[in-house]
Amino acid sequence: MDAATARNAAAVTGADSRPALRFLTCGAVDDGKSTLIGRLLHEQHLIADDRQAALARDSKRYGANSGEIDYALLLDGLEAERAQGITIDVAWRYFSTPRRSFVVADAPGHEQYTRNMVTAASNADLAVLLVDARKGLSPQTRRHAIIASLLGIHTVALAVNKIDLVDFDRDVFERIAADFLGFSGGLGFRQVHSFPVSARYGDNISTPSARTPWYSAPPLLDYLEMAEVDDARVAKPFRMAVQWVNRRHADYRGLAGTLASGRARPGDKIVILPSGQNATIKTVSTGDDQIDEATAGDAVTLTLAEDIDAARGDMLAAANDRPQVADQFAAHLVWLSDTPLYPGRSYLMKINNITLGATVSELKYRIDIDSLAKLAAKTLSVNEAGVCNMSVARAVAFDAYADNRDTGAFILIDRGSNETVAAGMIDHALRRAGNIHRHHPTVSKAERSALMRHRPAVLWFTGLPGAGKSTLANLVEASLHARGVHTGLLDGDNVRHGLNRDLGFTEPDRVENIRRIGETAKLMTGAGLVVLCSFISPFRAERRMLRELLGDDEFIEIFVDTPLAECIRRDPKGLYKRALAGEIANFTGVGQAYEAPESPDLHLPAGREDAAALTGRVIAELERRGLIGGGDILK
Amino acid sequence: MNWRLQNTRLRRLEAEAIHILREAVAEFARPVMLYSIGKDSSAMLRIAQRAFYPAPPPFPLLHIDTTWKFREMIAFRDQAAARAGMELRVHINSEGLARGISPIASGSNLHTQVMKTEALRQAMAKWRFDAAFGGARRDEEASRAKERIFSLRSAQHGWDPRRQRPELWRIFNTRIKPDESMRVFPLSNWTELDVWQYIKAENIAVVPLYFSRERTVVRRDGRLIVRDDDRLPLLSGETPATMRVRFRSLGCYPLTAAIESTADTVDAIIAELRGATTSERHGRLIDDDEAVSMEKKKREGYF
Repeated sequence: MDAATARNAAAVTGADSRPALRFLTCGAVDDGKSTLIGRLLHEQHLIADDRQAALARDSKRYGANSGEIDYALLLDGLEAERAQGITIDVAWRYFSTPRRSFVVADAPGHEQYTRNMVTAASNADLAVLLVDARKGLSPQTRRHAIIASLLGIHTVALAVNKIDLVDFDRDVFERIAADFLGFSGGLGFRQVHSFPVSARYGDNISTPSARTPWYSAPPLLDYLEMAEVDDARVAKPFRMAVQWVNRRHADYRGLAGTLASGRARPGDKIVILPSGQNATIKTVSTGDDQIDEATAGDAVTLTLAEDIDAARGDMLAAANDRPQVADQFAAHLVWLSDTPLYPGRSYLMKINNITLGATVSELKYRIDIDSLAKLAAKTLSVNEAGVCNMSVARAVAFDAYADNRDTGAFILIDRGSNETVAAGMIDHALRRAGNIHRHHPTVSKAERSALMRHRPAVLWFTGLPGAGKSTLANLVEASLHARGVHTGLLDGDNVRHGLNRDLGFTEPDRVENIRRIGETAKLMTGAGLVVLCSFISPFRAERRMLRELLGDDEFIEIFVDTPLAECIRRDPKGLYKRALAGEIANFTGVGQAYEAPESPDLHLPAGREDAAALTGRVIAELERRGLIGGGDILK
Repeated sequence: MNWRLQNTRLRRLEAEAIHILREAVAEFARPVMLYSIGKDSSAMLRIAQRAFYPAPPPFPLLHIDTTWKFREMIAFRDQAAARAGMELRVHINSEGLARGISPIASGSNLHTQVMKTEALRQAMAKWRFDAAFGGARRDEEASRAKERIFSLRSAQHGWDPRRQRPELWRIFNTRIKPDESMRVFPLSNWTELDVWQYIKAENIAVVPLYFSRERTVVRRDGRLIVRDDDRLPLLSGETPATMRVRFRSLGCYPLTAAIESTADTVDAIIAELRGATTSERHGRLIDDDEAVSMEKKKREGYF
């Protein structure tokens, strides 16, 4: 029976109704990942005639082995990939054998594309890890095994490829298999099986090879067809994050979402988190059908027996087996962006259908991808992994990633570029968050402010070094003081030498510098003061963080816009001269970019007007906002 | 009652598509569904109806009309929108029409560029849509296999395959800047066979052109071109013949070739696909233009 006939037979018996097995192929570049998949498709007669013809044509044009069919070209669909002969992005392939349907993610081997491997692993049940028999385990093999493990893949097939190039040597195979078992012992894989294969010639791919008589276990395809990937999600407690609220009629409120785990039946007792309200499922429906039961993976609409409001991002959970709820937790992060992680910077976190502000409050350590060693680190760069404490804007419901791959996962998004910068996996809630009970003061901020006869605010002067920020802040303070306004002044001179003397001028240190100043300014506004802050503060993200910390009403961003050429001409401290001579690294305007405000509250043309005129503009703005009275406050 | 969809593989695929549709509706201000009249659009439309039931899908349908669709397709389009109770918006690149662009006079490349790619950009801008659903599947073509489910388009509607956002788990980054937009592909993980099995299970109506019938065809470059009207000029030596043919994939009429087939029911189509030895887009002449033709079109804003 040929493959096509076999497929027909299987379809008749309904063998293809099992959910598809999602697996990824990974390993170092040139280890033959794409070739392996191409070979598999070819042996199963799954490459259509017209594609086979196109493949023959493309193999002549781009192929690595002159004259032979280069199966990698089947998967490497992008022009740059064909031209460079490498895989850049994850390719998804779909095929069926008589026994099973498969979705294959072909992940790139090059280190700079590791983030794509993370993408592929996040949606895979099993990993096929390739190793070149001639080279043995490489740093990339280890890296990919660790990423697979981090992302919760429990089953690994180690394909020791190019076994033909080591003369089908059993010792080579067994040594590599043993090396891998030794290395991966601590990675939590539940099943590891090794195969001696030649992707190019088809040994032990879908049929046993006569050239490896010493290997008697089934070939790779048999293993994939039979692999029992534990779909334990159904047996876990019920979880469904509300994705969309369906309000068709005034008296209809359907909670639409996808079950992350467990079962949902009419009559089930559930809890809505984080509010903690109890409820009972009234109906479970899919389209226009009401059904008796939905299970993990189903996308359904639930109605509740009680009249309770639930919104997108609320977690519905089994009443007797609840997820954790916290605003601080420990998590593993894999950094995906070329811009490194800055602890303290505010990112957006998307988790369980909610997007909210989040910061890495403490980076505990970086994980060395080759040795699994814990290394001290102040930042994570692209393709690095680490463990950190996260702090989010409000409490969310989640499970540990090890317990639930859906409800314990999150992504971080950069607020400026909208780039997805990190993949996150939650370890556990930090109890600390629940233990700090805020003390409610007897004298409130409003009461302190009432004595002052003006409202508190932070005047944040940002601009290039030498723009005249401090000069202006001093003049404005003098003017306010003369009017009887209670003020405070924070600038580099009084902060860098005391509170922040442990910080340098690298990007992470600059972020932390601004965070501490923001918190200090907040305490001072709490005392009712108008706080003048003059700092270069080169990054938009930090100024945005300050605005969120202090509130739109109290944070006034003043852009002292002096052209760079003019700042260099003034150079009051002689610093530009030294920076331009290469004596100072990370100097804003020279070695480090200044991100100008896009919409400051006040944009001062500081290159064109003198300091007295600029002071007048600031005072006028404060009056316009009603922060201070019209000059006769003491009369 | 029990699940109507007994095949758990299809049930999972449907659930994934529903999840994607709902996510886009929850996150975007002005979503739209690109409705191309083909089988994939028909399946996607049905899934949308199920995802938002008892409400109708909360977005309009958009058809980019090249004026070269088969006549049967246009009739089917209007009926399908009416049945779903959804608003249908149709956009034609009238400037292209005025320039006399047609697949016959201008060639497939220019026709597709002007009447589909540019027309889509015009429609997105005209109605200020910020997200558009499309029925494309990753198994159709190699560059599509690399595309994200939520695929970012620049303000100029271009696709940059080297700057795609990593797409992890089922957590979709839907954030865009002003004038950027998102293409959203709920059927990304479906195969051609899955679509037909779903059409059968859900009893979905599709354009009759998918079913075998005697049609007037011309054999050209080894392909069977159906002559829908006399806009297709005959080359010397060509004689129209009557053959039993059907379409596997539907595009503009002179640019889509038919296949010889006797499959006149959904069951027969499924059986035929199981034994098929050519790929689905084999009949799409626009893919032949250049080796990496689809990627190039997508970079320019083709769906």
